[in-house]
Amino acid sequence: MSQQNYDSSFAATAVSRLNRWVELYGRLDRSAQISFLLVVGVVVTAIAAPLLAPYDPAHQDYAASLSPPSVDHPLGTDLTGRDILSRLIFGARASLAVGIVAVGMAIAIGVPLGSFAGYVGGWTDEVIMRMMDMIISIPALVLGLAIVGTLGAGLINVIGVVAIVYSPQYARLIRGSVLSEKEEDYVTAAENTGLHDSAILVKHILPNAVTPVLVQATYHVATAIILEASLSFLGLGVQPPTATWGVMIASGRQYLPAEWWISTFPGLAIMITVLAFNILGDGLRDEFDPRSVTQQEGGA
Amino acid sequence: MSNEYAASQDDHGSRTAPLDGSELNQIERDEQALLSVDNLQTRFNTDAGVVQAVDGVTFEIQEGEILGLVGESGCGKSVTSRSVMSLVESPGEIHGGRIMFDGENLLEKSNAELRDIRGEDISMIFQEPMSALNPVFDVGWQIGEPLRIHQDLSNAASRKRAVELMRRVGIPSAEDRVDAFPHQFSGGMRQRAMIAMALACEPDLLIADEPTTSLDVTIEAQILEIIEELNERQNMAVMLITHDLGVVAEVCDRVAVMYAGRIVEYGDVVDVFKNPRHPYTKGLLDCVPDPREQQDTFTPIDGQVPDLSDPPEGCNFADRCPFASAECRETDPRLRAVDDDHYSACIWEDPA
Repeated sequence: MSQQNYDSSFAATAVSRLNRWVELYGRLDRSAQISFLLVVGVVVTAIAAPLLAPYDPAHQDYAASLSPPSVDHPLGTDLTGRDILSRLIFGARASLAVGIVAVGMAIAIGVPLGSFAGYVGGWTDEVIMRMMDMIISIPALVLGLAIVGTLGAGLINVIGVVAIVYSPQYARLIRGSVLSEKEEDYVTAAENTGLHDSAILVKHILPNAVTPVLVQATYHVATAIILEASLSFLGLGVQPPTATWGVMIASGRQYLPAEWWISTFPGLAIMITVLAFNILGDGLRDEFDPRSVTQQEGGA
Repeated sequence: MSNEYAASQDDHGSRTAPLDGSELNQIERDEQALLSVDNLQTRFNTDAGVVQAVDGVTFEIQEGEILGLVGESGCGKSVTSRSVMSLVESPGEIHGGRIMFDGENLLEKSNAELRDIRGEDISMIFQEPMSALNPVFDVGWQIGEPLRIHQDLSNAASRKRAVELMRRVGIPSAEDRVDAFPHQFSGGMRQRAMIAMALACEPDLLIADEPTTSLDVTIEAQILEIIEELNERQNMAVMLITHDLGVVAEVCDRVAVMYAGRIVEYGDVVDVFKNPRHPYTKGLLDCVPDPREQQDTFTPIDGQVPDLSDPPEGCNFADRCPFASAECRETDPRLRAVDDDHYSACIWEDPA
């Protein structure tokens, strides 16, 4: 086969992959589609923050201190006159960094451990999963406080905390689906083709077992954003002057009765983002759940 | 029963000297055989005790031969095939015997050496083509996988070979369907795809574990035709596991009848079917409906298969055998020659 043919078939595969994702989007229900667009919106906002924000998020304008929403400052300003909208836009970066990077790390830790445990079984399984149980037995916020309290506050440590706290859940999840997938005939078929055990796990079982992980990840991004907000609210998360939604809520809480806008808008941002991730997760779960597919086919 | 025994004893005809249990499997061995399984022992160590799933199975497959392995569910057919592939999983273990393939004992080989043999020299197809293909990969990728493993082909080259293989097993418009996913294939097409995958490296031996059980009769005939054709054209030996005696009669050269972990009768298909020597084989053949006759009832074999975690002392089949004598419950008969290329594991040379 010539190089040109190879390239064109490769491009065709890429296009058909893309088409599959477009099709997947089309099959989601309306609320999940809107949620998906909201999530994309938040991600784009975070990436393009310097272009979108009307002011420098750290710029203090004492003349405009605690001004209510206006044309100049659509969402008002805080005590030191910083623009809430700009801080909200930049705050999306920290929240998403924690949400996406930390959950990604949790997956990177949990999935290899859990799938290995499930595939190998026996003592390896026991040792790995009991370690995971130990981590799970400590409440997330308490573990977070302990780690951040020891290592110091900061974005990186918060990400580390979230990754450690959530990794056992991915380990359990993937272990369960590896256990059921490894009984499937295609695994036997792969063994019969002379494939190495590790290749069977990575190439054949994981692609089939990973769906619940993707769905769980969308929920976890949401709870990770809340965990970051909680830690930042307690002063253990990201440090000033960096804006995060949690820090903003914390800084506005003493002004809540009169200057409601300082805490309310970051609170709304968290609520909408978390809700969007959750509904998207629901939609993906429905889409990937084989039972719901059967129902759709039966009904149609 | 005792009256029947007394009455029928004379009819049993000649028999050789009394057998004791240690006298195992007197089969003439052919050193040139492609696969030669000798006194294979596979057991499962379960909580309920040790289950001897395969107990002293002995048979051979010549180059280009089709051997039928028949028997009811749970008699050890599939465990035998998995043992040949050395893919018995814990709590199962092979604890005795030899599996000679191409002159080498597979049981003495390392995992890496066995992986080189699987898919390259010995391939396998399964009962459930519905689940034997990985749902998340396209069919072409899967058919090409053995080629990428054993012959280091690139993705593009293996895909091109996959199209040829699909064409060879009769998948129409193979160029278009090579990128299709298993769920877009019908059951018969999936079994064809499985066969194409098994054939990719042109193996010397194909183990087909009930390849047509889940397919309708038209597709069954087509699949068997493909297997027979490949057997002739590539001189590929086939071990066909089935419980359909009709399929065996149609396709196989020799047949091995399994019962409760043992081969009870073994020999040339025509000979075994025309002149069955083991009471179990007779019982099986009596259950096959004859379309030429008006038949209202069948003659089933009475009783239950023995519990293999606690097998009876004598012959495994004695409790269900219409010809069983007191001696049958004491001696443990193994395969012995009863005719030219015809072996039976019964103390009587020709019961009934």
